[in-house]
Parts: sequence; C-alpha cells; structure tokens
Amino acid sequence: MTDAVLVLEDGRTFAGRVYGATGRTLGEIVFNTGMTGYQETLTDPSYHRQIVVMTAPHIGNTGVNDEDPESDRIWVAGYVVRDPARRSSSWRARRTLDEELAAQGIVGISGIDTRALTRHLRERGVMRAGIFSGDALLADGERRPDDELLDEVLAAPAMAGADLAGEVSTDEAYVVEALGPDGQPLAEPVATVAAVDLGIKAMTPQRLAERGVRVHVLPATATIDDVLATSPDGVFFSNGPGDPSAATHEVDLLRDVLDRRIPFFGICYGNQLLGRALGYGTYKLGYGHRGVNQPVMDRLTGKVEITAHNHGFAVDAPLDGESTAPHDGGRYGRVVVSHVDLNDDVVEGLRALDLPAFSVQYHPEAAAGPHDAAYLFDRFVELMTAQNPNDEKGAA
Amino acid sequence: MPRRTDISSVLVIGSGPIVIGQACEFDYSGTQACRVLKEEGLRVVLVNSNPATIMTDPEFADATYVEPITTEVLTTIIAKERPDAILPTLGGQTALNAAIALDEAGVLEKYGVELIGANIPAIQKGEDREQFKQVVEVCGGESARSAIVHTIDDALAAVEDLGYPVVVRPSFTMGGLGSGIAYDEEDLRRIVGQGLHYSPTTEVLLEESILGWKEYELELMRDKHDNVVVVCSIENVDPVGVHTGDSVTVAPALTLTDREFQKLRDIGIAVIREVGVDTGGCNIQFAVEPTTGRVVVIEMNPRVSRSSALASKATGFPIAKIAAKLAVGYTLDEIPNDITGSTPASFEPTLDYVVVKVPRFAFEKFPAADDTLTTTMKSVGEAMALGRNFTEALGKAMRSIDKKGSVFHWAGEPAAGEELDALVATIGRPTEGRLIDVQQVLRAGVEVDEVYARTGIDPWFLDQVQLVNEVAAATAAAEVLTREVLAHAKRHGLSDAQVAQLRGTSEDAVRRARHAVGLRPVFKTVDTCAAEFAASTPYHYSAYDEETEVQPRERPAILILGSGPNRIGQGIEFDYSCVHAALALKGEFETVMVNCNPETVSTDYDTSDRLYFEPLTFEDVLEVYQAELAAGPVAGLIVTLGGQTPLSLAQRLADAGLPILGTSPEAIDAAEDRGEFGKVLEQAGLPAPAFGTATTLGGAKETARRIGFPVLVRPSYVLGGRGMEIVYDEHQLTEYVQRALDNAADGGRAGTLPPLLIDRFLDDAIEIDVDALFDGTELFLGGVMEHIEEAGIHSGDSACALPPVTLSTSELERIRLSTEAIARGVGVRGLLNIQFALVSDVLYVLEANPRASRTVPFVSKATGVSLAKAAALVMAGRSIADLRASGILPEQDASVLDLDSPVAVKEAVLPFKRFRTAQGVVVDTVLGPEMRSTGEVMGFDVDFPTAFAKSQEAAFGGLPTSGKAFISVADRDKRSIVFPVKRLAELGFEILATEGTAAVLHRSGIQSTVVRKYSAGRGADGEPTIVDLITAGDVDIVVNTPSGQGARADGYEIRAATTAADKAIVTTVQQLGAAVQAIEAAQAGPFAVTSLQEHDAAAARRREARAAVPA
Repeated sequence: MTDAVLVLEDGRTFAGRVYGATGRTLGEIVFNTGMTGYQETLTDPSYHRQIVVMTAPHIGNTGVNDEDPESDRIWVAGYVVRDPARRSSSWRARRTLDEELAAQGIVGISGIDTRALTRHLRERGVMRAGIFSGDALLADGERRPDDELLDEVLAAPAMAGADLAGEVSTDEAYVVEALGPDGQPLAEPVATVAAVDLGIKAMTPQRLAERGVRVHVLPATATIDDVLATSPDGVFFSNGPGDPSAATHEVDLLRDVLDRRIPFFGICYGNQLLGRALGYGTYKLGYGHRGVNQPVMDRLTGKVEITAHNHGFAVDAPLDGESTAPHDGGRYGRVVVSHVDLNDDVVEGLRALDLPAFSVQYHPEAAAGPHDAAYLFDRFVELMTAQNPNDEKGAA
Repeated sequence: MPRRTDISSVLVIGSGPIVIGQACEFDYSGTQACRVLKEEGLRVVLVNSNPATIMTDPEFADATYVEPITTEVLTTIIAKERPDAILPTLGGQTALNAAIALDEAGVLEKYGVELIGANIPAIQKGEDREQFKQVVEVCGGESARSAIVHTIDDALAAVEDLGYPVVVRPSFTMGGLGSGIAYDEEDLRRIVGQGLHYSPTTEVLLEESILGWKEYELELMRDKHDNVVVVCSIENVDPVGVHTGDSVTVAPALTLTDREFQKLRDIGIAVIREVGVDTGGCNIQFAVEPTTGRVVVIEMNPRVSRSSALASKATGFPIAKIAAKLAVGYTLDEIPNDITGSTPASFEPTLDYVVVKVPRFAFEKFPAADDTLTTTMKSVGEAMALGRNFTEALGKAMRSIDKKGSVFHWAGEPAAGEELDALVATIGRPTEGRLIDVQQVLRAGVEVDEVYARTGIDPWFLDQVQLVNEVAAATAAAEVLTREVLAHAKRHGLSDAQVAQLRGTSEDAVRRARHAVGLRPVFKTVDTCAAEFAASTPYHYSAYDEETEVQPRERPAILILGSGPNRIGQGIEFDYSCVHAALALKGEFETVMVNCNPETVSTDYDTSDRLYFEPLTFEDVLEVYQAELAAGPVAGLIVTLGGQTPLSLAQRLADAGLPILGTSPEAIDAAEDRGEFGKVLEQAGLPAPAFGTATTLGGAKETARRIGFPVLVRPSYVLGGRGMEIVYDEHQLTEYVQRALDNAADGGRAGTLPPLLIDRFLDDAIEIDVDALFDGTELFLGGVMEHIEEAGIHSGDSACALPPVTLSTSELERIRLSTEAIARGVGVRGLLNIQFALVSDVLYVLEANPRASRTVPFVSKATGVSLAKAAALVMAGRSIADLRASGILPEQDASVLDLDSPVAVKEAVLPFKRFRTAQGVVVDTVLGPEMRSTGEVMGFDVDFPTAFAKSQEAAFGGLPTSGKAFISVADRDKRSIVFPVKRLAELGFEILATEGTAAVLHRSGIQSTVVRKYSAGRGADGEPTIVDLITAGDVDIVVNTPSGQGARADGYEIRAATTAADKAIVTTVQQLGAAVQAIEAAQAGPFAVTSLQEHDAAAARRREARAAVPA
C-alpha cells in the first residue's frame, strides 16, 4: 500500500493510503453518515465534483453488485474512508469496491481519522480539498511540499455558483415504462410524467413506474415544448449537483410548468428550484445533510419520518404559517413549508396551496436509506389523477 | 403532546434475581425507568426481590418492595398502593409474565390498573408462536416452516414434514430455556419433553432448521403517534444455532447491503405495528440465508431486552429511559437526545465505530455440563468494547473477558498434521473458545472458505481474523518495533501483552517502547450521530487514531474501576458498589467510571461525570488514567469496589505510580497472603483454623496430616471459591493435586503447582459474614450475617440472615472487636468483609477481604445504610465521625441489637436447570465450597420463618405447603432430622423415606412410607423407585444430604430428577430446619408486604426511642 494525502482548503492535511485509483482529484469535501449504501452514494449524480468522506469506518464489505448503482457510473470526485474491506461478502457481489474505484478512475484515500475530519468539517463548514497520490504526490521522487498541493486545491472551482446539472444529465431523452402490480410493463399507464434529469437517481423513475406511471426522462436542457411533447400529467424535477442560484434555465422551465398548472413534484435540487421559481432564496448550509437517519416531520400528519438526505443547499422560506410566494408580486399564491428537519429546522419540503405543486428536499426514493417517505410518490400520483387538479385535497 | 395527566402513580415490576438469560441489564433499564417516572412527578411503586439492584435503592422509588414477584404478593401491593398503571416492559420476561398473570387473575380489572408500554394482546401476539407467524405473514415477511405441538406424539408427526435437524422452542420462556436442536428422534423426545415442561402453556414450536444462516437483530421503538425508529442493528458473528446471548455480536450490522438492511427495517417496522406494541421498545431477530438473501423472521420480544441494553450502550440511545417516557405519553420528537442536547430522540443513531460483544461462560463451574452452544443461553455475562474498526473492537472485547485463554494467541508453532485436522474438525461445533480455534486454524494456513464451510461464520469476519493473524505476523517479523509497526498492531486490537508474546519480550518493555515513540490511544466519543452534531456527554472509548476528544476540567477526578463482565462470584453486587461510589463522590469530584459490562448501571452515561467504556486490564486502565491526567488533576483510583478484577490490578497500578485510594495494595496483599495475615491474627490474639500452604504433593500431604482431615483446599487468589474443595482423606487430596497439576499444564506451566491453601475444615460450624467500614481510627460495623448452611458451603451459595438469628450480644461484641482488630492490623481504609466460623464457642477467622463484598447491597437494603457510599467517602478522605455528623452513617452500627428489627434473609439462586450433560440430564445440584449461584433474592419480614419463606418464594417459586416430602439423608445427619421431620408430618406432609431413613424415623415415632431406592430398580410388579416418583411430579419436596464427598449415584439421580421436575430440594440439614419453619409461616396465610421506606422509617423511630430512653 502506498501513501496518499488529503489536503483541505484551510491547510489541514491527513496522511493515508491509496484507495481505488492513484493520482489527483479535487472537489468540495463533504461527509456522509450512512452506515449502508456506499454503492448508491458513489453512483448518485448529486455527488458530482464532491469528495465524499464516509463516517462509517468499514466500507466495501459487500463488494459491488450490478443491481444497486443509481446511475451508470461513479460520480464522486474522490472517496475518503477509514477501513476498506479486503474481501467482499455478499451473494450478490461481482467485484470488490477497490477494483471498481480503480477501474472507474476514482482517486480515494484510506486509513485516515475520518471522525477527526468530520468534526473539522462540522466546525469549519465544507470546503475544497484534494487527494494526491502516486505521481501527483511526488516530484522527482520526492514528496511534494504541502503548500504546493494546497495551491492546487485553492485553484479548484468552488461549489457556490456552480451550474452542474448539464454535466450529469442524460444526453438523450428515454422512457421508463409503467409497471403493473406483477412487475410487468403496464399497457395503460396510470399517468405520464415528464421527469427533468438534473442528476436523477435510477430509483426515482423506478418508484414512479411501480405506481403505474410512465416516465419520460428528459435532459436538463429540455424546453417547455420538449416537456409538453410528452403530454405529461405531471412534471418532475430531480435531484442534482450544484448551486440552485445558478440554474436559470431550469427555473424558467419550471415557471412555465407552474403557469400551465401542470402538477409538479420535485426532489432535492428540484425542491430548491421550486423554491427559487416561487421567488424564495436558497442558501448554502454549513456542512449540509448527507446520510440516511434524518428526522423530518410531515406537518400535514404530524408524523416523523426517517429520511435519506444529500443536500448542501436549502430553501429560505418562512417556517411557520402560510406565506405568499414572492415571485412576481405573488402570482403563484400561497405556500407552506410542508416538511421540516427536526435536527436543525431546515426547510425540507414546500407545498403550494394555490397551485398543484409540491417538493421535498430529501429523498423519498431512498436508495440508500429508509423507505418511510415513499408515500410522497403516492401523493404525486394522487395529485395527477385527481379530478380537479386545483382542488387543494389533491395537493395534499 | 406532553405526558398523560390521568396517571399519577405507576407500579414498576423488576426482573427478580439474576439468572442466566436475565441479568443486570434489567436493573439498568428499571433504574432508568424509575428515574424518568420520578422526574415526571409520578409516584413510583417498585417491586423487585433482588436486593443487589440499584433500582431497589429507596431513593429511586416512592415505595420500594423487596418482595417476591408473585401474583399473590403483587396483588397485595396493588391493593395497598392502588397504582394507576403498571409498567411491565422493563423487567424482562419475569415482569411481562407477572403482568399477564395479574391480568388473567382479574387483578388489573378489579383495581382499575392500566398496563402501559404494552397491552395483553400485543404481548400475546409477540410471544405466542402461532399468532406471531401470522403477524409476520401479514407484514410481508417469512417465517421458518413450523408446527406447534402440545405432546410428544404431535412432535413426532410434525417432524415427518419438517425433517431433521429441527429446532425446538418452548413458548413463553426466557433466554431460550428448554429450547434446542434435535438431530434425531431421541433428541426430539428429550428436548420436546423438557420444553413442554418449561412452557407455562405446555406448548412447543418445531421449526425447519435455518442453522448456519446469518443472524441479525433490530432494536425498534414506537410511540403513540406511530412514529417508529430503528435504534440499532446487531449482527451475530456466530450464525443461527447459537443463542444471541451466547454469540459474539457486532453493531452495526456489517455484511448487509442497504437494500437488504432496508428490507429488514421495513419488515421490522411492519411487525411492531402489526403486533401493536403501543409505545416502547421491541427487539426482532432475523435470519438471512447467505446464498440467496432469503429473510426469515425468527422472533420478537415486545419489551426491553438484553439486546436493548447492549444497543443502548452501543449507540448512546437510552432505550429504557425513552421507553418509560413514551409509556407516559410523550412522543419521540418531544424527547431530547441527551447526548447531543440539541436534537430530538426521533432519529436513528449512526455509528462511526464498531461495537463487539463477547459472552462470558462458566462451564468450569459445571464440569459435567455439555459445553456446546445451542439456542438455550448458557453464558453468565458479557463484555462489550468499542473500536474504530472491527479488529480493534474485537481485540478489546476479548481481553475484557478477563479469563485465561480468551484472547487470540500465537504461542508455539501453528498447528499441523493430525493436531490441525483435529482442530479443524472441532470448529464445526460452537463452543466458548471457537473463535480462538478459528484463529488458530487460519493461522495454520487453512483457507477462509473452508473455515466458512465448517462454521458458517461470514467470510468477512473470518477475513478480519485472518487480518489480525497477518498483523501479528508482521509484528513478529519486524526487525525493530518501530512506531509504524506498533501503530499497525494497535490499530488492529493487539494488546501490549500480545505484542510482547509475538516479540518474545515483556509487556512492560512493549509499553516502554510504545510510549517512547509517543504512541498512545486517543479517546473518541459515543455521540449517536457520527460527529454530525456536537456531543455534550463525555462517553468515551479508546482507539488508535489521530484526534482525542477528552475535554480539560478543573475539578479533581476520581477514577472508579468497575467489575467487568458478570461471572459467577462477581456480578451485579459489585456494580452496585461502584455506582454508589459514583453517586457519593459526584459534586466534589469529577467521577470517572471505567468498565466494559454493557448490562450495568455503572456504564449508563448518566451515572458518572465521565464514562470510559474500556477493558479492565492494566494497559487500558493506565491509558485512561494518562488521558484524564492530561485533562486535569486526578485525586486517585478506587479499586476495591469492583471485585477481584480491579483489585488484582491494584499493585501494578500503584507500582506504575498511580494513586490508589483507600486500602493500600500492600494491605490488600497482606490480607490475601496467609503468612502475613496469620501475623495480623496472632498479634490480635485471634484464632484461625489450622492452615498451611503447599506447592508440592508431598507438602500438601504433610500439611494435611499435620492439620488433620477434613481439610479445605484451594489455589490462592481466587474469587467465588474457584477450585475449592473439601477433602476428607489422602486419596482425595492426591486426586485434587493431580487435577491442579493438569490445569497448570493446560495453562502452559507444566510441572508447577500453584500455591495451594490448605485449611482445617470446621465441621458443623456456624458461618458468619461481616461487612464493616474502617477509616483508620474507627470501625463501623455494617452488618453481621449468619449463614443458614454450615461452613463449607460457599458463602455466595448459602442463605443467610441479618440480623444474625442465633447470636448473643456477647458473641456480637466479640465479632465487633475481632473485626476492628483485623481492620487495624491489615490497614484497611474503606470496606472490609470477614468470614468467621463459630464452633463450640470459639470464633475462628476464616478469611478477610479488604474490599466491597458480594453482601454489601444486601446489608445496605436490610439496614437502610449505604455502606458503599460511605466507603467511597472514606476512601476520598472523610472520617466515619464526619459521616455520622453529616447523617450519612447512623450513630449506632450493627453491633447494637435492635430487638424489634425485622429479619432479612438472602437466598442464592442456582442455575442448575440450564446445564445439562452431553446425555441431556441435569448436572448435580449439591452445594459445595465452589460458588455456583448466579444471583440472589431477599426475603424481608418481621421474623426469620416468614422472611425465609419469602426468600424461597422469590428464589424459586416457594416451598410447598402440603403434599409429600421425601427424606433421605447421610448417616451423620440422621440424628438431626428427627425434629424437623416430625414437624413436617405434623404440618400435614406425607413422609416418604428409603428403608434406612424410615427405620430411624420409625424409632422416633414418625410414620413414613417406604419407597424403593433408585439403585434397587423397579419392583417385580413395576413398583416405582423414588426417582420415578419424583419425575412423575408426585413428590413435592426432597430432602437429600450427600454422604461425605463424592455424591453416590443414588443421591445424584434423586437431586437431578428433582431439579428436572422443578420441585423444592433441600441438601443440608440446616436448610431443612429453616424450610420447616418457613413452611409453617407460609401456611399461616398470604404474606404481608412492607416497603423499604416503611422499614427505614420504623427503624428511625426505634432509634429515636432508644436514644430518648437510655438503657
């Protein structure tokens, strides 16, 4: 095993060993507290340009299988773990995680005090970082000095202001067919959804398809005409990487959807974009929510659900009571914060009262994570299939 | 929504005595519950027969009843206290069963008492196999194919479909009692027969074998709004087939993908909802087929369980505390997470460390017992350790077991040839030492895949064991012990001692080398959230990593060393004393607890100011001390409250310069060393039985001849009478020495006999136990206990009474003077326990232990004085006079007889039912000098007969008040039984006796029915032997005293049959006398109940009255 080093933007360094590919990677460093689901995390496009620190010490125990990825590649910019598995143990495993990371060219580092690193990020906030190993760490056979490495980290672009959806979105539209209760394709879908891929996870169209919905997945560059061409009963905006304040095209598209009163559901980035379309601000959290154990209250039922999160930005909307959507003199009407994180009171969901639109900041599709919030897909289907889409009950 | 306002008083039911499968985890949960309920302003009424618990300390409840947990007694308490509600989910299966019985008897309805935290249909659904199977089906899960049977014939029919092997599980028993795996018809008949007997509903489940599957547990909590959280997942390293209590377990689950884990979570949540657990915790066990991922739900416990305690300690999520809050109406989101202080309890803890639990067994106490691990739990305790990875946690957990041969080793060459073949063959059978055998097999080069095929232990875990072997090999091979080499070894859990073994050097040398390169562990925090939020609770564990989290402090710290895993001879009683020390010292000092037992109150993060969940070894304690010293001043360490484990570290810690509080290690040694102690006695003019020490067989024989047989022989430095025997002649002595030599050879010390202590055994002596406190000038006599059994029965297994029932004032005075002389002579500062034997008016000193004893909690409950608290303060520098002045100790101690004092009787609870020989019959139940009890109860009443009757009721369901009594005693006892047996006959018992005993009875005018001896076999017309009668349940009480040493076959068969039939058994004459008195008291009608608070108030009134009228 050879040496690798992790350099943080504020100058702190951690020495470790090569994990996955050797070389250099730069990105925003964030931590994920999930104890399971590394395969889903690695392939989640929302982690594009991020170096992910796993707080769970043992990573790779169940190897890599062909069923669990959330997209067709690993998206994380770098991977930081403490104790990588030497051997996979699962009847579904096809190869080891180490092999997979190396094959996909993902530069990782192992053997570092991930808890110390996490505490540092918690106190200082997320920041840019770089992992260096092999030739990237050496110059003429000598280890390069830290300040040289730090300069490279500081030269990397920051996450704030980054418009990244286009980098992760599908190039071509495709269809995920509706499924019947028997798991077979359904001839007559319950509804048709145009899902704008801003970094969509495979489980999302899957969850809709399981409910009898045909899903047209469209590229991030889709226009309102592309959306309308699918004759949608509803429009969906997915999760994705980047700063929502930079997503002008997507916000404009969403306003076109809202103006047509087409039922809308958004997840994660899609929630932030709904917030922006309605005229609320978004802001960057100190260190974000990334994990599978966040308690969120559904204010409609008063029940607490344990949810999967992956967000570094959040919507800034009034927590209590109804507010009027600020955009364009309030023409989108009243809005409530429908879901709230019980740990830190961050807005986790929005619901328009005068429009058939709602969204959540977290991941009801789970993968990885608990299935407590899967009911939100049912709400979307209800919203689309309700007799009168303007009926507030439908939006519930 | 705040707590319910329609409830103002709650009855909490405890779990009774510590038994296998139900240990002090329920003291931990019950204590948390009582605390919460009191904080909520509720009146708490508590019932628990176990005096060694923290929960039965009077300050934890408003009315504390140390009374038998029976329907009759509970009804009396309910009638007296009229609680609004009963919380039955925190006292294990005992409390749950008690609540069901109260419901069935109509008591709940009659007195309008509501069950909270559970409801009867939910309990039934969760625990009744057939109903539960339906629940699982509704929830989209699968159960193993199974059949419910009520007779052996049903079982034989069912197995034709299910096939062998088949799993047998009786309904409504705890700790898997009576369950097992049948491989053939003979097994089936035996196990089902027992199971039907143990099941209160005479119901047994037969199940398709899922042996070898991966086993998991989830701990869930639900509130009244139907919010559910999964607190923890636990993975068993030993696959299905070994009871989870006997398995090495890991948290979190380490070999599941998210999809598989979520499937378990979904099923678990559906099950808790479908069963209808209203509020509180539940535990669900799963099996996962390793080749397909097929999930089978094994069972659920609709209550707080042993695993809940483990999960609470593993995650920092206090399940019992939160269960109590939910029971009185709160919802999860309304309860704060204590650890972060800023987030709610409605979340799922996430771990950035690995937790490993290792069970501790006591097979050495039951040499005849089959040591195969099965679905019946046999371990007596457990240790838990946390590490930043599995290997580190495993290494720490294994060394926490504090028992020879419990850690990985690399001694000698790896096994090869026939030896290896034999070893490979043994690992298929799960045993206490299997993991070490696995390590040796891997070390010898056997492939992980082959070991997996034989053991079913997941290859990931096996690879980790192999990793430890590789690290060990690298450590051994390194030219120099560099920082890198050492760090690698420490990161994977190797102790300094293990490194020393690998390097052929000493532990001290390794430590010096390690410290020289600046390699020390850091201390991380258990924070429930993987550092996502700041933690305010200093609950630490060591790890070899970069950053430490110990916060600086101003107040001087006192480190309290706990007692480690429960074992026979060292259990909850010592934890009790440690907790009291923490409570007493809080405020003035920063209290720092060091312990590794997850079942205890001491390892609750609320008990001390700081908690270090660490092994109690020299290395680990030293590092904790160093870390605390770096954080602020350290006043010292308390090593005398946690039993032998911390005591045995005292000298080394002192030598390393650590300040030991209280009795000095030299003084501890003086009391242990026979020569030194002999001098103390001589100077004080106190007689001790003649004794000697020997290190050879010749020496032992000579010493025994000089002293005169019978003698008591034992290795020096033991607790719980380990290896202690009464030897009646030279032949037996030779056998004993040979066994000791064999043991020494097993321990790698062939040819050396450990020093043997040989004492004159005092026949027919009254044994007296004393607990006292000494501050250097003054003695406080805490309690004087008179044993019911004669000397020779280990004090831990003997019943005893306080105040002493037959001692005179002058004898008490002699005891007090002798105790003081010894305390002064030894140099005690703190607690002292002395055992005396009174023979023909001579008071012999048997032994003195300058530490907290097993009886401290019993004495404290019986007298209302917390000796352990006072001891902690004395060790911290306060004087007894000072403690008297501040009201912590009363003016008068136990040397002043209070004529109206009630009598407390302590009775031991023995685990014989759990242990069977390989042939499946119970092991012998004769008491001896080696302690074998797992727990104790207290009977407390106005006089000895009633108190003794209560203790019998609490310990094992009580003595019969009518029926048939079988009497068969050794010749030497025949004289002493005439009066008690005559009284038994007068009380209405039919007396059965074998010929010899019948003749003696006849000559004294006592009619008895002669029954056939077992050895005589059945009569010509099939007349049954006594064993047949007992087995058929026709005998209600058996009196059988063994003749001499070495039970004759008849005696063994009789006792084994009695234990198997669950009938009362009396094995000493003294017990018989007490039993007859107790039967008479029990016949007089239902027991009256008195709370400890009432007892204490009455005692205070009597003290005032005595003070007002000087004698």
